Amino acid sequence: MSGEFVKAPFKNVVLRWIDDRLPVLSWAYNELVIYPAPRNLNYWWNFGSLAGIMLVVQIVTGIVLVMHYTPHASMAFDSVEGHIMRDVNWGWLLRYLHANGASMFFALVYIHIFRGLYYGSYKAPRELLWMLGVVILVLMMATAFMGYVLPWGNMSYWAATVITNLFSAIPIFGDTIVTWLWGGFTVDNPTLQRFFSLHYLLPFVIFAVVFLHLLALHQFGSNNPLGIDLTAKDKIPFHPYYTVKDMFGLSVFLLVYGFFVFYAPNAFIEPVNFEPANPFRTPAHIVPEWYFLPFYAILRAITFDFLWIVPAKLGGVIAMFASIFVLFFLPWLDTSRVRSARFRPVYKWLFWVLVVDVLVLGYCGANPPEGWYLVAAQIATLYYFVHFLVLMPLVGKLERPLPLPTSLREPVLGAAPRPQPAE
Amino acid sequence: MRKALLATALLLVPLAASAAEGEALVDRSWPHEGFFGSYDKAALQRGFQVFEQVCASCHSAKYLAFRHLAGIGLDEAQIAAIAARYTVVDGPDDKGEMFERPARPSDYFPRPFPNEQAARAANNGALPPDLSLIVKAREGHEDYIYSLLVGFEEPPADVEVPSGQYYNRYFPGHLISMPPPLSEGMVEYADGTPATVPQMAEDVTQFLAWLSEPHLETRKAVGLKFMLFVLALTGIFYAYKRRLWAKLH
Repeated sequence: MSGEFVKAPFKNVVLRWIDDRLPVLSWAYNELVIYPAPRNLNYWWNFGSLAGIMLVVQIVTGIVLVMHYTPHASMAFDSVEGHIMRDVNWGWLLRYLHANGASMFFALVYIHIFRGLYYGSYKAPRELLWMLGVVILVLMMATAFMGYVLPWGNMSYWAATVITNLFSAIPIFGDTIVTWLWGGFTVDNPTLQRFFSLHYLLPFVIFAVVFLHLLALHQFGSNNPLGIDLTAKDKIPFHPYYTVKDMFGLSVFLLVYGFFVFYAPNAFIEPVNFEPANPFRTPAHIVPEWYFLPFYAILRAITFDFLWIVPAKLGGVIAMFASIFVLFFLPWLDTSRVRSARFRPVYKWLFWVLVVDVLVLGYCGANPPEGWYLVAAQIATLYYFVHFLVLMPLVGKLERPLPLPTSLREPVLGAAPRPQPAE
Repeated sequence: MRKALLATALLLVPLAASAAEGEALVDRSWPHEGFFGSYDKAALQRGFQVFEQVCASCHSAKYLAFRHLAGIGLDEAQIAAIAARYTVVDGPDDKGEMFERPARPSDYFPRPFPNEQAARAANNGALPPDLSLIVKAREGHEDYIYSLLVGFEEPPADVEVPSGQYYNRYFPGHLISMPPPLSEGMVEYADGTPATVPQMAEDVTQFLAWLSEPHLETRKAVGLKFMLFVLALTGIFYAYKRRLWAKLH
């Protein structure tokens, strides 16, 4: 990809024989060993590889869980809570790794996304890289939602009911579509079984898109905290520098992951989900997992009809999907030619306001949509779209960015060239 | 990463806060809480006595098999003896007939009612919930179960309690269909502990906590090894990374 394709220098005859016929080893050598990476990446650049590792953890634990899980409305809850959690050897560990893994995966990906937003990693020539990332996010959301339904607890059931019902807001065809999604006239066994099938399928689709994401990444290489294009002199081989740095980041992450799995494994699980699905007992507050809360707040923020044409429910659904969809257009909504927020005095502030805005949305999403929670959610929703659709195009044009350095040497060592020791 | 944790914490606050609707629960510390907490086996065994002699007459515990009682510190002979006290339906035999036989350790704890309708019919229309996961299935967890068990009291003057219902300080809405289950001395503890209501409530809460999370002790033990191992690994990788990168500058 970037640079010449180099044949891996194997001394081993067998490896060389294989590599001559099937150059996967050379390919890995090019992309994972000598791949030139900016030397100034900070720790925020660790989160992409961590998310990739987390995807593998989810797939591996998921495959083993499926060996013990029963996807049937009358047996799913028992197979999770009565069998996997009690009688399967290390079943509790697999299940806690997988359930908390979903939360960790989203946390990592959200940090990864905000890193991209701060350093302008979505800008030319990395637009497709960014858009593939948004595709991954959408697929992750679908996968996580369907996975949450599988234990068939009461929150699983009602979450499935609420979310699938969103599609009934579609004019004319809404009800037909919902019946089609459910495989019946209510959320029931056919719904569970198709969710199970798709929950097994989608992670592999994610895996494929991650592969494309990496392909697009390696075309131009990583962006960097300065956001400037670096010359070969400012790059270092991925191995050993970033492999070791990623291993360090991974072990720090494992401490956080381990804390939840071993000491607070149910922190993200609603008590209601420890009761089996019950169509006759609606939970007092139906709340999604924490990683959906900002979007849930946007969904419920639209409590009024738009121009007498769009009913409130449809408006909420449109707003929620638009909040993700708008990210696809970000490379063109941001009109600034400077990538990194370090050199953008106004955008830097807007970035942090957006972070707070999303946190406020999350907070509102966890609470009932009434009183101040609703007002706050509506203001935050409005701001969310203003940020992307109004402020980003305007600020990019009006803001005066700070002077950009021309290379890495300059900001690191100062403008005046210092005597260099012989290298 | 710190920001991520903070964000997670912020997002969790409302979830935790929403638990505190109504009466503040009796806030107790439990021996199995915290990083190094483990179950008090004596309390679990007393709690099993309360469960077996009191709760189980109305509540099922469908995920409890007799063999699981090894987890509260009973040996094989004790478990076999407990199982033998119960009769289960097995079959069909060679003639196609169902038959009754004494329970074995591999059997599940018999349910008090054959189905939901029978349970409701015997309980004024209310369904006694299954207790297998009850501690995890209620906001407030152990504190809630304990509070509920000791929370039966005379209703305030302005509250009228319909027949078949009881006033409980900690039950959401205060009117509960479960009669006060515990009374002084109703269980004779094998270890001679005086069976006061708070004592029985405390013991059975711990038993139910174990029933909800039977692998808690293994989990924390493995967790400790994992954390120490990863902590060491973190140190090694950090030192290695520093040394490696020092050459660059």
